[in-house]
Amino acid sequence: MPQVRVNGVQHDVAADPQMPLLWAIRDVLGMTGTKFGCGIGACGACTVHMDGNAVRSCITTLADAAGHEIVTIEGLSPDGTHPVQRAWMAGNIPQCGYCQPGQIMQAAALLKETPKPTDQQIIDAMSGNICRCGTYLRIRAAIKSAAETT
Amino acid sequence: MTPIVNLSRRNVVKGLASMTGLVLGFHVGPRIFPFAEAAVKAKTFEPNVYLAIDETGLVTIVAHRSEMGTGIRTGLPMVLADELEADWTRVRIVQAQGDPKYGDQNTDGSRSTRQFYQPMREAGASARQMLEAAAAHVWGVNANDCRARNHMVLHTPTGRQLSFGDAAKVAATLQVPPADHMELRFKPASERRYVGKPMPIVDLADIVRGKATYGIDFVLPGMKYASVERCPVYGGKALSFDAADALKVPGVERVVAIAATPIPSGFNPLGGIAVIASNTWAAQQGRQRLKITWDFGPNASHDSSAYRAELEATAKKPGQVVRDQGKVDEALASSAQRISADYFVPYYAHAPMEVPTAVANVVGNNCEIWAPTQFPQAARTTVSEVLRLPYESVTVNVTLLGGAFGRKSKPDYIAEAALLSQEVRAPVKVTWTREDEIQHDYYHAICAQHLEAGLAADGSATAWLHRTVFPAIESTFQPDVTYGSAGELQQGVTDMPYAIANVRCENGPAANHVRIGWYRSVYNIPHAFSVCSFADELAYAAGKDPVDYLRQLLGEPRKLDFAAMQVDYPNYGASLDMYPVDTGRLRGVLDLVVRNSEWGQKLPPRQGRGVAVHRSFLTYVAAIVHVAVDNDGQVTIPRVDVALDCGLVVNPDRVRAQFEGATIMGISNALYSNLSIKQGRVEQSNFGDYLVARTDITPDTRVHIVESSAPPGGVGEPGVPPIAPAICNAIFAATGKRIRALPVDPAQLKAT
Repeated sequence: MPQVRVNGVQHDVAADPQMPLLWAIRDVLGMTGTKFGCGIGACGACTVHMDGNAVRSCITTLADAAGHEIVTIEGLSPDGTHPVQRAWMAGNIPQCGYCQPGQIMQAAALLKETPKPTDQQIIDAMSGNICRCGTYLRIRAAIKSAAETT
Repeated sequence: MTPIVNLSRRNVVKGLASMTGLVLGFHVGPRIFPFAEAAVKAKTFEPNVYLAIDETGLVTIVAHRSEMGTGIRTGLPMVLADELEADWTRVRIVQAQGDPKYGDQNTDGSRSTRQFYQPMREAGASARQMLEAAAAHVWGVNANDCRARNHMVLHTPTGRQLSFGDAAKVAATLQVPPADHMELRFKPASERRYVGKPMPIVDLADIVRGKATYGIDFVLPGMKYASVERCPVYGGKALSFDAADALKVPGVERVVAIAATPIPSGFNPLGGIAVIASNTWAAQQGRQRLKITWDFGPNASHDSSAYRAELEATAKKPGQVVRDQGKVDEALASSAQRISADYFVPYYAHAPMEVPTAVANVVGNNCEIWAPTQFPQAARTTVSEVLRLPYESVTVNVTLLGGAFGRKSKPDYIAEAALLSQEVRAPVKVTWTREDEIQHDYYHAICAQHLEAGLAADGSATAWLHRTVFPAIESTFQPDVTYGSAGELQQGVTDMPYAIANVRCENGPAANHVRIGWYRSVYNIPHAFSVCSFADELAYAAGKDPVDYLRQLLGEPRKLDFAAMQVDYPNYGASLDMYPVDTGRLRGVLDLVVRNSEWGQKLPPRQGRGVAVHRSFLTYVAAIVHVAVDNDGQVTIPRVDVALDCGLVVNPDRVRAQFEGATIMGISNALYSNLSIKQGRVEQSNFGDYLVARTDITPDTRVHIVESSAPPGGVGEPGVPPIAPAICNAIFAATGKRIRALPVDPAQLKAT
């Protein structure tokens, strides 16, 4: 039985090791903050952290995830006050909000790796995350603002 | 002052039907109404269907329109809370189930604020006055001396105060004045606490923590997960299938057929073979192992390229005349300069980030639904029809919607879940894949247009001919529909606002081969593209600055007289007296955007600015787009300025957000998205080939709002239509290449 460590808790997942981490997190472990968008790693809605790096959980299998530290939107900060989350609140970023957990996880990984990103670095890091509502401009401003406060 | 008794007689706005409840709430005495009775029993003050106040003072406001990202779940409650004098921090929002008692719940057409601004004010104001009356009763004073202020009632002569909770407790048992004796007092604009002020959406904290519940997130104990294989061609059906391999996939429990609906299939399921499993992935894996023999049906030869050629040929020929003024043919023949152009817009898919998905639980003769739906009442009707259950036996709960754009007004995916739950006798969640969403959508109509104009020697336009050809939305619901409806032709054709003496608009026939549906701003997309592009072409032909020429085309401020033009103009369901088509307001947004952009300032080579103005959904919008085109023909967009006049603004931050987002959707339509069909099958499958705008193309978008106290217009959709033509006009300014077909083909823009 595949084992996976999510948000600091070790889980035995009764599922095929080839099951994408996305569906294991959502359907088996019951954490629904990580979203399905495309299933092919093309939209970023399912972004989680694996050992601190942003990965697409829809194309990461349970087998791939075994032995690594997975963090989802639910585990990004104990009380939902990660600087990126605060910046998202301050900027009223979400419209429908569906893609935002993925956007937030992507932005948090960027700032961990590059605390003071340039505009181009922000664009490069965030171009894999689609927001059909079109909140991109505010997302970029929020990342700048989070970078300044950390 | 509005005597409240008049409310029930005002049937012009459909939504007001629901307000009958409010009116009844005031009636006491010989007649007993369910409402007043319920309020007495519950000890909670429930003056109308949208509002309850409990003894602690907690105000519960019912959001009856669906939240798909516009902020309406915040906006309408703000209006009610403001009139109520409620403290927003003590307001809780609950989402309504699908129920006729709320009035219209079809959250589309950018109608929520304009239809329900006034009912929400009335719901708040009447409840406030009842709380004041309750306080007057407690104190034995004149109600006219009692005023609600921020969640309490104040006796103005003495300064005594009664909390909303205490007042509500009394109001719940009080005999209130007969309705026809009650006059509503609305707060003056100067005393508004919330309306007109930027307010964060009520779901913000949940969304950023991953705790917001969308349809795809809803789970019931014992729930099964389903994935459905549908015929790749619209109108096809499964002749036979072999489920043996699918059933071998661990987790797969059942394989169930959903009967195909004969075309046109309307809101009903397309039909297909469903794999039921213990999780989504197993259902998808099982589905890949199905062996299905299809009858592809009558649309198996549909080819969007050949169809485009047909539509273009039709647009070259005279069609049904839908607007006719003056003598167009003579004026064209005698003009100093005659211009013509053909425009094309392809099929688009909605591609909301949350795919169609729904949970259904059929138990005995009852069905309960949890779904991201724009239209819970239609979902209820459709489910009751496919399950052959009474309407009253179906309950539809509305979750948050992860985007919708018109797609989630159609409940076919909800009916799939209901049928499967009935079949397997367990709760079932249906989740479409992205491929399903793109390949089985209700598509935005493909459209070909032909325009001609005559210019006088001084460059002024003397004649305008506009022919449009597209498959109609009604063709999804009725057989043999080939012409557009008045409601479709009003979207940028019959309301063409330019002051030209000779105008004729025509609509040619088009057969239908796919499900056509409404997609954010609908037929305004192709029509604003052609009309606003053609205005720019005329400006260059006349040798004029496009903004100056547009001002000339708009002419003196006037209201379009549709009766005189003998045009059937539905005006988005609104009264033309209250919401005329006012070219002065178009001129207003044009002037505002010009003042705030850098129009006229010199740009480097291969950069340019383009302008477009368009009214849709009762709102006036102008856009100026600045583009840069590199030597390979790739377009970037440094800046977009958008000015809008939507009348009264409830939540300015959400209005800005909608126009920022509409700009991005307009960019997707203009530069990226293109859905094509070969042999009846959609050629694109996912975000790798069905392209939408990403952050790299995002311009510095600046939204300029006209301050207005005019009745509120639409906000969700009107920002989309002017973006594509303004981009293409800017491309012309930058390169001299005129784009007449979307999406823009960079190969045409290479430096030579």
